[in-house]
Amino acid sequence: MWKTVLRRILIMIPQLIILSILVFFLAKMMPGDPFSGQINPNTDPKQIEALKRAAGLYDPVPVQYARWVGNLFKGDLGTSYIQHVPVTSLIADRAVNTFWLSLFSTVISYSIAIPMGISAGRHQDEWQDQAVQIFNYITLAVPPFVFYILGIWLFGFTLGWFPISGSISPNASGFWGTLGSEIYHIILPGTLVALITTTSVVQYLRTGIVDNKVEDYVRTAHSKGVPEKVVFNKHILRNSLLPIASSFGTVITGLLSGSMIVESVFSYPGMGKLFLDSIGQRDYTTLTALILIFGFLTLLGNLLSDIIMSIVDPRIRIK
Amino acid sequence: MEKQSDLLLDIQHLHTAYRLNGKFYDAADDINLTLKRNEILSIVGESGCGKSTIASSIIGLYDHKNTKVTGDILYNELNLVGLNENLFNKIRGDKIGMIFQDPLASLNPLMRVGDQVAETLYYHTDMNEKERHNRVIELFNQVGMPKPEETFQMYPFELSGGLRQRVVIAMAIACKPEIIIADEPTTALDVTIQAQILDLLEDIQKQSQSGIILITHDLGVVAETADQVAVMYGGQIVEKADVKTVFEHPLHPYTRSLLNSMPQSEDEEEDLHVIQGTVPSLQDMPRNGDRFAARIPWIPASAHEENPVMHEVEPGHWVRCTCWKTFHFQDEVGGE
Repeated sequence: MWKTVLRRILIMIPQLIILSILVFFLAKMMPGDPFSGQINPNTDPKQIEALKRAAGLYDPVPVQYARWVGNLFKGDLGTSYIQHVPVTSLIADRAVNTFWLSLFSTVISYSIAIPMGISAGRHQDEWQDQAVQIFNYITLAVPPFVFYILGIWLFGFTLGWFPISGSISPNASGFWGTLGSEIYHIILPGTLVALITTTSVVQYLRTGIVDNKVEDYVRTAHSKGVPEKVVFNKHILRNSLLPIASSFGTVITGLLSGSMIVESVFSYPGMGKLFLDSIGQRDYTTLTALILIFGFLTLLGNLLSDIIMSIVDPRIRIK
Repeated sequence: MEKQSDLLLDIQHLHTAYRLNGKFYDAADDINLTLKRNEILSIVGESGCGKSTIASSIIGLYDHKNTKVTGDILYNELNLVGLNENLFNKIRGDKIGMIFQDPLASLNPLMRVGDQVAETLYYHTDMNEKERHNRVIELFNQVGMPKPEETFQMYPFELSGGLRQRVVIAMAIACKPEIIIADEPTTALDVTIQAQILDLLEDIQKQSQSGIILITHDLGVVAETADQVAVMYGGQIVEKADVKTVFEHPLHPYTRSLLNSMPQSEDEEEDLHVIQGTVPSLQDMPRNGDRFAARIPWIPASAHEENPVMHEVEPGHWVRCTCWKTFHFQDEVGGE
């Protein structure tokens, strides 16, 4: 078990190196440099040239790469061209917001998807199953931004139940007041994200149950006189949860990339909105830093999936 | 005279029908069989003859929505047909043990094999966890598992086919059932392991004085282990007798054809007999007349009974239809 985890973590090292090289060259290829934002018509081009040389922009590429990686380890992701603040501090606030939004929608998503998948799988082709399938088709077919805008229109404008933008109300104060306001702002976007991310989990679970129900080992369990309910929970359901465990990592990565759309629609100050804003403002340092972080989180998500798999499925453990 | 208690299972007029495209078709058609204590009853026939249908009807494991079972399956005067599920779960695993064909598929891949055997004990005995563990080790010893303690902690994928089938057998006999149903227990195993598993089944039967229903398409297995044989074709029993009679004095054309298509080591030169055609599918099975007639077309229709029934041609030897009286193999007439 631990050997598998260790081996899996070691595999991540070359992945990280390749990721960092790719991101580094992406950054190099982008136009502009740290001084681009500081030029005004009166600046002497020679002075800028001197500054660039001092900053090491004319050093050999491997040297630049090494320095960049060194800075990464020090937590220095560079300075935003546009906002003139360290990217690290720019991202830090946003990351916290995105983290809570993602956590909220993950929890809600699984708490909706698992009962739905079980119900559909258990009552295959009956009305419960058909209702779940219709729900799935709708959430899969409607583009997320349409879904969010409809949500804002219905629950924000028409019913006025939830705030429609931001992550906190400006007049929130005190610990509980702040927390309450933050949660209040997360509920609508978080739930809408959760609703449209249930599809894959529901389908995995439904198919798993439908397939496992007719497996020979289920018949064996019945032939031992194990009560129907126990056969379902202990044999069918447990084995059907495997694909869900393995997709857990990808779902989390999907939430991060999905956060771009929901955060823009809700003007929610998270990493996804920062990413889109950076593209719009051509803030390349911030952009590269975010690409690096998203890439790293994807690798982490996959690591998580594999670790979960090795816990739940004995067949893939390495001895 | 037999004592009443020697009769373990009395199947009378069993019909098991499956729903196909909205209509029910009998996959087991008027089955009459008895299983006695200390007896190995073999049900033999080609694939699709309804052998496994009988097994699943006895143990009550079928798709209840699309299957209709009528007739009587009497176990100690308790009719298993239409028995309440809760009562049935008390009998399954406890009084009737079941061994399936594919030992890998019939074990849960994510559960330790020891726990899977112990699960049977959990539902049918008052043993605590430690007692169950000890009983499983005892069973593993009984079925000839080389390292019982280590095996207990293993997962099915870590065991060989033969060992997996031993686990399945240990599971079936855990509660010392009176009836063991073995559905093609050796089909998925290689020949050397087959013999070991059959010996094991015979040993278990002798020790526990249980009755075994052995379902197989392999006449070699039948010859080696069975006491009584029922030959099935198209959902019906066509011949029923003790094993000696079936092998030495077979009557029904299907039985004779089956025996004739078995390889004989003495005459390597001779071509194997092939039964023409295939078993018709459930929907295409003729419901009137002799169902086997289509596969022996050289026998005139007049030789068959209009509605073939079982005849007791000598005590304990039952044959369906009277066509056996004039039956001959095609090549016996020559040139046809």
